Amino acid sequence: MSNDIVIRVHGLRKIYRVGDVDVQALRGADLVVSRGEFLAIVGPSGSGKSTLFHILGGLTPPTSGSVFIHGKDLLAMSEADRTELRKTEVGFVFQKYNLLPTLSAEDNIAIARDIAGKGAVEDQKFREMLELLGISRRLHHKPRALSGGEQQRVAIARAIVNGPSILLADEPTGNLDTENSKVVLGLLRDLNERLGQTILMITHNPEAAAYADRIVQMRDGRVVADTPGGSD
Amino acid sequence: MINKLVFANLRHRPVRTALSVLAIGVEVTMMLTLVGLSEGMLEDSSRRARGVGADVLVRAPGTSLIGMSSASMNEKLIGFFAKQPHVRAVTGTVVYPIGGVNTITGIDLDEFNRISGGFRYIEGGPFRRPDDMIVDEYYARQNNIQLGSTVKLLDRNWHICGIAEPGKLARLVIPRRTLQELTSTTGKLSSIFLKLDNPAKTNQVVAGLKRLLPDYPIYSMEELTSLYSVNNVPGLRAFIGVIVGLSIVVGFLVVFLSMYTAVLERTREIGILKSLGASPAYILNMIFRETVLLAVVGTIFGILLTYGSRWAIETLVPASLIQKIVPGWWPIAGAISVFGALLGAMYPAWKAARQDAIEALAYE
Repeated sequence: MSNDIVIRVHGLRKIYRVGDVDVQALRGADLVVSRGEFLAIVGPSGSGKSTLFHILGGLTPPTSGSVFIHGKDLLAMSEADRTELRKTEVGFVFQKYNLLPTLSAEDNIAIARDIAGKGAVEDQKFREMLELLGISRRLHHKPRALSGGEQQRVAIARAIVNGPSILLADEPTGNLDTENSKVVLGLLRDLNERLGQTILMITHNPEAAAYADRIVQMRDGRVVADTPGGSD
Repeated sequence: MINKLVFANLRHRPVRTALSVLAIGVEVTMMLTLVGLSEGMLEDSSRRARGVGADVLVRAPGTSLIGMSSASMNEKLIGFFAKQPHVRAVTGTVVYPIGGVNTITGIDLDEFNRISGGFRYIEGGPFRRPDDMIVDEYYARQNNIQLGSTVKLLDRNWHICGIAEPGKLARLVIPRRTLQELTSTTGKLSSIFLKLDNPAKTNQVVAGLKRLLPDYPIYSMEELTSLYSVNNVPGLRAFIGVIVGLSIVVGFLVVFLSMYTAVLERTREIGILKSLGASPAYILNMIFRETVLLAVVGTIFGILLTYGSRWAIETLVPASLIQKIVPGWWPIAGAISVFGALLGAMYPAWKAARQDAIEALAYE
């Protein structure tokens, strides 16, 4: 069973320095995520959800506690190690899509391959994934020519193109209307079920959270509840 | 893929890209035009000296080959040189500056014709009066001078008696006696040209003359041609060095401003790249490629601009300035512009590479 654990967080603390003031964003968070799980992380603003994501994604180091991803200790990682982690183990999906505006949808996906030192993707699995995401006919368009839903689907494709073991989605439906939100959430569900993709999704929306296997509630920098989601 | 991103970034801000290329182009043109003018004018001077048809040139003691010297050699030396072995003909000239890089030259037309075979006139002919002046085609074109018109120089009016093909001795020529009287150098010369009966004996004659007149700079025409170089013009190499230095500063400032604003503007995009796993080296690579591309395109544009500046010079001031296209300097100018540009991109690139990914992603 322990081999199936991809994330193990214990007593995680993160203190930011804002001016002369120390802000405790995480105050001893604990979390265990197994391979292939779809987690929704919910909680009020300032509860530490995004900080937890930033640490899990290697964007910022923890202050104390322990964070292991596939058994690798993030606290012991250098900046270069965390950069490597983002290349290979983690994919991000953001609320604001965060596509590069100067590149086409296809090139936005390809740049992630390039950064990871991999060539162009031609395999059948990737083509199927593009079909699944419904963007195979929109690949030559720039982000400004795509709808919000399409942009978010391109962002999902970019996040998973290198086959990361963990997909971190930070409010992926926050900028979408109800219809597009359902499409994106359905896609995440599909990716989880068909490809076994481990997904952690931050959301404020209870309907979105219901797509997950587990709902983890955070408050004041700690995990305060961990309940089954509505997908079963 | 990174090249695609670099091209896309440059296309995304066409005005900034165009201005950067233009500024780098002007920097390169500045260097190439200066070098082209230096070499072009020296080459023209050399060509005109060789155009006299002499085999040996004698200058006054203590004077350099390049640069204007006063008429300080005794005119009687013409007779002395005429008696030397193998000397078939001798002529002396007086050169007087008339402003800028322009000079007026006094000759004895009969002496000069014996050595050079005479001017080839496009219009008119030789001197008939003491105030007659022969100009070459370039000078006539630049100053809109017609045959028979009057030109005021050295506080007196000159009658244009002939317009000659360029390439022989000088652009403005008047009777030597007149110039000597006007400049109080009666009986004095600036240069003496010797024509030998056998050019193969030039070195032997030069060696013999140097023994007789050890203080006088005496050159064979072959030696003279080789001496017309940037290195032999006092201060010119240093001046080129200053212009190159200024070019590096201009390139540095242009690219610094351009890349600094580009990095600020792309803060969020740099955050995105970092979230995808881009290392600081990847970001540096992207910015330096963009910089090198700007510098290379700017250099090519600058090279093309030098053809424009040459055309403008040939059209507007063909007699005063001669600009040569110097392909040997293209890689040097390119290297200098790339160096200046990379220097300018260093801080913005470092700033981008060090950017905090979370802050960058939050940037609006």
